[in-house]
Amino acid sequence: MSIEWYIVLSSLLFATGATGILIRRSPVVILLCLELMLNAGNLALIAFSRMVGNQEGQVFALIVMVVAACEVVIGMGLIVAIFRRKLPLDVDELRELRG
Amino acid sequence: MEEVLFFAAAIGALGGAIGVVAMRNPFYSVLALIVHLFSLAVLFLLLSSAFLAAAQVVVYAGAVMVLYVFVVAYVGGDQESAWEPIPGQQFLAPLLGIALFVELAIAVLGSSLVALGTEGPDVAPGFGDPAAIGTLLLERFLVAFEAASILLLIAAVGAVVLAGRHTPGGDAGASPERFAREESDASGASSQPLQRRVASEGEVPVAPPGGPA
Repeated sequence: MSIEWYIVLSSLLFATGATGILIRRSPVVILLCLELMLNAGNLALIAFSRMVGNQEGQVFALIVMVVAACEVVIGMGLIVAIFRRKLPLDVDELRELRG
Repeated sequence: MEEVLFFAAAIGALGGAIGVVAMRNPFYSVLALIVHLFSLAVLFLLLSSAFLAAAQVVVYAGAVMVLYVFVVAYVGGDQESAWEPIPGQQFLAPLLGIALFVELAIAVLGSSLVALGTEGPDVAPGFGDPAAIGTLLLERFLVAFEAASILLLIAAVGAVVLAGRHTPGGDAGASPERFAREESDASGASSQPLQRRVASEGEVPVAPPGGPA
């Protein structure tokens, strides 16, 4: 399989994740869609690493995984904190910070 | 054989991604994401990066998804309301997603990267195995490795601070069970002023009718 296929699949997954972030209103699902986008980026990084023929892109993808894990931990902490204060888990109702 | 594996994994990844977006119940979204991550691990293997495929399965589909399932079970997987704040959001958003995909595809395929059409150069058998990645990570990218470890530590501490029961700040933990616990702790001296204050507040509206009589 040529690298093009992987890159096109990666763009498709990225666009799916972005659509999910635009459509959904639950913070948990928005974080899941963020994971989709990060994984699409990872797939592109690994495909380009294979295309060039060195492994530095794979190290980059590994660091992206670490950052995604941190993002999940912080996001889940925020969701649990929101839930504890009996606030609605809906990003359209949690908009006090909007100017 | 490689084509079959690629298309099977691509259909799995795409189906999982669409499942994450389309499922109404967040619990099913998490399960669809697990399918997506396993399919991506197969794609990583096809791109001869064995270590990242293993990390994807162990770290992502294992640990991170357990965290998601736990939180979804904790907050309850209730359905979203059908209320739409932006008119036509459900139709506009997929159009924007399709536009984004077309734009990305044009940007990548329209670039002058000749090697995109190839399968990449032939690589040695050790390409992308744990030894190669580990050597690279601990020699050439040591700073990034250390920064990642510090980032993980900060994230762990931050999660404990965010989701911990004793949140700092005045009315931060205004949950009923916390009030009940504080009241049960305050048996004795501190409950006395509370009762007196309540009594004096209760006297204010009662006093005018009681005064003339």
